[in-house]
Amino acid sequence: MTLLIQYTFLFASVLCLVALGGCFSEHSGIINLGLEGIMVMGALGGALTMSSMDPSTPAIIIVVATICVAIIVGMLYSSLLAFASIHFKADQTLVGTALNLLATAAATVYVRAMNTKINPDNVSTTVQYIGQKKAFIVNLGGFEFNWFMLIAVIALIVSYVVLYKTRFGLRLQACGENPQAADSVGINVYKMRWAGVLISGLLGGLGGICYITAGVSEWKFDVGVAGFGFLALAVMIFGQWKPTRIGLTALLFGFFRALSNVYSGFSWLAALKIPGTVYNMMPYIISLIVLAFTSKNSRAPKAEGIPYDKGSR
Amino acid sequence: MNEKKSLLKNPSVQAILTSLLCVVLGLFIGYIVLLIINPSGAGKAIQTILMNFMMRSSPAARLKALGNTLAKTAPLLMCALSICFCYKVGLFNIGAAGQYEMGACLGLYAAIALKMPWYVCLILAAIGGALLGAITGFLKAYRNVNEVISGIMLNWIALYVTNTILSGEKTKDIASPYTLKLSSVNKGGLIPSFGLDKLFSNNSTVTIAIPFAVVAAIIIWIILSKTKFGYELKATGYNKQAAKYAGMRENRNIIVTLAIGGALAGIGAAFLFLTGYQEWSVTQSSVPSMGFNGIAATFLGGLHPLGTILSSFFIQNITDGGALIDKSIYPSQISDLISALIIYFCGFVLFFKLQINKFIAKKEERNKAKEIMAAEGGDKK
Repeated sequence: MTLLIQYTFLFASVLCLVALGGCFSEHSGIINLGLEGIMVMGALGGALTMSSMDPSTPAIIIVVATICVAIIVGMLYSSLLAFASIHFKADQTLVGTALNLLATAAATVYVRAMNTKINPDNVSTTVQYIGQKKAFIVNLGGFEFNWFMLIAVIALIVSYVVLYKTRFGLRLQACGENPQAADSVGINVYKMRWAGVLISGLLGGLGGICYITAGVSEWKFDVGVAGFGFLALAVMIFGQWKPTRIGLTALLFGFFRALSNVYSGFSWLAALKIPGTVYNMMPYIISLIVLAFTSKNSRAPKAEGIPYDKGSR
Repeated sequence: MNEKKSLLKNPSVQAILTSLLCVVLGLFIGYIVLLIINPSGAGKAIQTILMNFMMRSSPAARLKALGNTLAKTAPLLMCALSICFCYKVGLFNIGAAGQYEMGACLGLYAAIALKMPWYVCLILAAIGGALLGAITGFLKAYRNVNEVISGIMLNWIALYVTNTILSGEKTKDIASPYTLKLSSVNKGGLIPSFGLDKLFSNNSTVTIAIPFAVVAAIIIWIILSKTKFGYELKATGYNKQAAKYAGMRENRNIIVTLAIGGALAGIGAAFLFLTGYQEWSVTQSSVPSMGFNGIAATFLGGLHPLGTILSSFFIQNITDGGALIDKSIYPSQISDLISALIIYFCGFVLFFKLQINKFIAKKEERNKAKEIMAAEGGDKK
């Protein structure tokens, strides 16, 4: 039972962070389908930082360094999306898909090249961080508290305040709803969209490193992050682009995801003989059904996906 | 001089030029990455990736390798056509991967568990893909759900459904995570080759799927550009309201488009799994890359059904070439990296075309100015 709660919170933290990232990007008017790729890149940066550090370094240094690198790598990578879709009016769906493919390929190439350089026979794509990972965990009587749970909660509160209570957040949302109007009152739409995408890179990178430290202590980069970025997109839509709802949805989806990991541990669930794949499918099915009933009056930012052209009406 | 200018103005020439530019940029960055990993063998590695089957030692081995590449080009081409067809109608069919999975699911189940002949399996695969496509279409037309979002969700749902169905006792090999080999369970389920395999040093995976895929590309091109049906679909894509006003059934058109796209992707799966080229792994936890590579092939092909034939072959060629490079130095995923880069650069195609047109306009203006100057100069004398 503690295991289930622990995994639920962990997966919910990942989903919450990444979905909030998507939320910022979409409120600025850029659809970020590349979240999956950004997660991979953030995870790669974080994992390499961890594996390069001595496990005996003070925990706080490991945590801060890993998080910083993951954030920076995530932001750098997301700037590829910003660059193409803001200045070159590229198709955002296309660029997002390209980023997803590129991230997995680049991470695989990098890790493999690194591994084979150290040992010519080693063609795996695995990065290990067994000792370093312990820095993220505080044991609270059987329940392994992970610092990322706290970070996710803080991110949620900060996102809410920024989006609804600050000038920046309201301007950001204006750029996603009606960029022409925003421009007419002197808001620099390009800058705002850059900010939105970079924040999504920050949160996406953070979510990536959070995901690969959840439960495991090594990561095979040729599988990317196994669709978690897409699940986060589902969380964002299910949460109707609102931080509070995103937080709750993340918990719900995290629960299902955790259930698929640990359902065999519950005798009554195991007795039902439902294949594990059903639990994996659940979040997607639920969000599809909910989408079918709510999309008629969707709260999606109105101008998302449309490149901003100063000259157009 | 005049001829050259009009050549540059031609949209299809522009499309080819920009696609080539994307390829060159992608290869160039790939080459730099190879140089960084190990400078001494980089030249040979990039050559291997590009030449692929030509690098084999004997002509017979070359033909066989070419056959393998072609056998995998056929499914890729079908997926690319699926995405291309839908994109022409204004829909981004990112769900092609899921439709491909459904095609594999129904096609393989019919072939292995029900021992059906190949043409029945092929039709079932098409139906599987079409159904999934139609769901996306229905959600888009009547419930206003964005096709990209529902496509992504359905990709994952279809993956888990396929894994669950194919891991039954009738279809799965007990000792491995793969489905049973078609050649040993149901020979009739294999797509026949009608002698095509003889042309490629008896490569049994070379089947009539390859010419079928090319014919499909031509049919899609004809439908889109020469028929009333295709015109209606495109009109719906440009402006749903206007299409409705003109008396077209706009909701039906959206569903039909995605169903056709789904059928194409489903057939694509049949073209891979019913040739015995490979088996479905029921433990795979990520959506097969075929659908996403299809996106690369579509955009590289300049969004033209006939262009996708060449681009599919190119993408498959570098993917197979990547598997041939010296693995003790370079990772074979370098070709995935190159194709991902190519998709990324395809995002800039609009910008490239704009630049070409600007360049032409500037040149024309300058020439005109020169002519005027020359004429004025003549007057003075």
